[in-house]
Amino acid sequence: MEMDMKLFGSRWSAWFLSVPLAFIAITGLHAETVARYGISMADIPLTTGQPDRGAGAYQFTGHTIYDPLVAWEANISAHPGKLVPGLATAWKTDPQDQKKWTFTLRKGVKFHDGSDFKADAVVWNLDKVLSDKSPQFDAKQSAQVRPRIPSIASYRMVNDYTVEITTKAVDALFPYQLPWFLISSPAQWEKVGKDWSKFATQASGTGPFKLDKLVARERAELVKNTAYWDKSRMAKTDRIVLLPIPDAVTRANALLSGQVDLIETPPPDMLPQLKGAGFKVVQNVTPHVWPYHFSTQPGSPWTDIRVRKAANLAIDRDAVVKLMGGLASVAKGQVDETNPWFGKPSFKIGYDLPAARALMAQAGYTKANPLKAKVIIAQGGTGQMLSLPMNEFVQQSLAEINIQVTFEVVELENLYLHWRSGAKSDMNAGKGITAINLGYVTADPFYALTRFADSRYIAPNGVNWGGYNDPKVDALLDQIRTTFDVKVQDGLLAQVHEAMVNEALMLWVVHDTNPHAVSPKVKEFVQAQHWFQDLTTLRM
Amino acid sequence: MFFYAVKRLLYAIPIALGVTLVSFTLVYMAPGDALSAIAPADAPQEVIDSLRTAYGLDRPVPVQYGLWLLRAVQGDLGTSIASGRAVAVEVLSAVSNTLMLAGVASMAGVLVGCVLGALAGYRSGTAVDRMATLLSVIGVSIPHYWLGLVLTIVFSIALGWLPAMGAGADSSSAWVWDLAHIKYLVLPAATMSVIPMGIITRTVRALVSEMLSKEFVVALRARGLSEAAVFRHVAKNVAPTVLAVAGLQVGYLMGGSILVETVFAWPGTGFLLNLAIFQRDMPLLQGIILVLCMFFVVLNLIVDILQPLIDPRMVRV
Repeated sequence: MEMDMKLFGSRWSAWFLSVPLAFIAITGLHAETVARYGISMADIPLTTGQPDRGAGAYQFTGHTIYDPLVAWEANISAHPGKLVPGLATAWKTDPQDQKKWTFTLRKGVKFHDGSDFKADAVVWNLDKVLSDKSPQFDAKQSAQVRPRIPSIASYRMVNDYTVEITTKAVDALFPYQLPWFLISSPAQWEKVGKDWSKFATQASGTGPFKLDKLVARERAELVKNTAYWDKSRMAKTDRIVLLPIPDAVTRANALLSGQVDLIETPPPDMLPQLKGAGFKVVQNVTPHVWPYHFSTQPGSPWTDIRVRKAANLAIDRDAVVKLMGGLASVAKGQVDETNPWFGKPSFKIGYDLPAARALMAQAGYTKANPLKAKVIIAQGGTGQMLSLPMNEFVQQSLAEINIQVTFEVVELENLYLHWRSGAKSDMNAGKGITAINLGYVTADPFYALTRFADSRYIAPNGVNWGGYNDPKVDALLDQIRTTFDVKVQDGLLAQVHEAMVNEALMLWVVHDTNPHAVSPKVKEFVQAQHWFQDLTTLRM
Repeated sequence: MFFYAVKRLLYAIPIALGVTLVSFTLVYMAPGDALSAIAPADAPQEVIDSLRTAYGLDRPVPVQYGLWLLRAVQGDLGTSIASGRAVAVEVLSAVSNTLMLAGVASMAGVLVGCVLGALAGYRSGTAVDRMATLLSVIGVSIPHYWLGLVLTIVFSIALGWLPAMGAGADSSSAWVWDLAHIKYLVLPAATMSVIPMGIITRTVRALVSEMLSKEFVVALRARGLSEAAVFRHVAKNVAPTVLAVAGLQVGYLMGGSILVETVFAWPGTGFLLNLAIFQRDMPLLQGIILVLCMFFVVLNLIVDILQPLIDPRMVRV
């Protein structure tokens, strides 16, 4: 009897033990991990291949669903990333004609719809954005990426796994343009009736995530692509839910109330509350700068280099960082000091009021005879940080050295019109505007330096807004375009940057640090030193 | 009455046409470029020019207006430049979300306003009156944005009772009227309801107080009518004015509130309007403004028709 009881007991205990174990096995081990991400945009960026809403949108619906031929290393945070193979395993120029680039494509890659990725898909996608005669041409996607890949003259398929792209001129920096160009599935486009608006909800790329659900202005759900070709970049979270919450305070409230697990750009004045509630604030060096871009056109007070230098010495940048709640870093040039393109400028940017006043005095400006300048600024918007308080800070600082700044405040979209038209245009010079405050992305050589320093990009041909023209810098930029050794290239870019700083081409104030506030539920989030972030690193 | 209704309906047509003309012109007069919705900030001029042609924005403005109007009367409000989606679909989805929110907020605002106003009117000069008046002044004066944030801090963050934002754990397209979803409606609706509540409280209080001093009320009481019966007479006399005021307030709410919908990330017309303004998405902006203006036209029409039904003396010739 006692034996029976023991037997009975052990069977029942085994059974009772097995039920929760089975439950854990079925549910626990396969429980889907979900990260809910409150993003600062008012809508989900385009999901058809080329995201709209700027560089910051690529991390959401760009490099998640799609891959470029040449990718940016975004899964590291300790140092700036570099170009790495994407859908192309190798690329080289033709020694006989350096305008010709040959790309060897990765084999065995499939789109989310199961179709094969081959050279014809690359040509089809280039036609999608560059050839308005092609049936798959999409004006919206084209508008996003055409300005990012200006060097391409022509392209052709060599064989199933080789593509040749010819640039308009020899351009050693051309690979930097390619992380912006993403590859959508031609087969899926055919399947959805050759309709990009349908493709938007049934997107298909080769990326580490698949688009599972899209509700305009409300959410996009990305699920892990378990068949992703790059096993080192497999997503660490099964599902990422992107929730557009444009208002910063609402985003922070959503995080505090547990509706989301991480948010972009928390409001600086809520940082103590967030930190006090156990949330972590993550930030890193980011390719962005918040400057005053000076006009060097005749009639502008900023044509005098002493005035430009004095302005750069009049700003207590640490105080600006403090004003931002620590969500910024001091700018001593166009790029961060840790960037290989920073170089060693002889003009050291810092806070030195006596030196600034001395320079102003040399230039003939005193308290009785102050310099008057009108600066056009935006009331806020993407990349503008805390536009109005920061501008007021700069205004007060410049007043300390007898520069009286008045503002023309416009909406960001309107500011872009003033920017594209250049300092010399009627809408700027005609209104007495001699400087513009616009946050700049400085992610690659073209975006950081060339477009502002090359005289061939003087507006309206480009966004060299102020009309900077230095033949030596132009010659350096020409040399860079024909230098294919990356280390030598970096050295030459550093020389360009040194020239820009030594000339005090802009009044550099701070860099954005792309801050995120994350819940303790988030176990890992690698924030790259770039606007491109790798959401595969997100682990719950 | 039928001819009166038809006449009011016919009056609405030139008003609607005027609205389309004004909305189209205003959008074009605003600074900025419609293509900023789609082109990157540093897009070269050739890209911008080709886009302008692709979207028909290189045509003269009167031609653009004519073409837009022709499509609009057929129910086609065009395509959003930014998203590529049909404006009619975009606006319809936002309108349904705003209707849901504004419907609840209107009911709450009108109901509470009528009750408080009637109480204050009946108890004029007492503590009840002073309390109701104070509440109505607060309701009218309090900034929406601030109230929304305070309610969120209290009920979402501190107490954890209600969600801080959104229109459902999934999305507004999956909305059902169950407790889990209604929770998302409570804070934005409460925030939105305070202004109509304040205005209607003040209106009803003034009207009831004035009506109670009329001779016919004294006569009714002298005849020995119960207070409930007297109230019915007072209510009937007060109703047309309250209806007109409530109609306007409901119209404002139906238009959505940019601030409330932004604070609660509620995907309604206010949220959409904000998005369209900042993106300079002109087709979307025109579509929303047209639909919102038509709300007012239709609401005024309904009020104009309802008022004579309550009080036949109000038929306007």
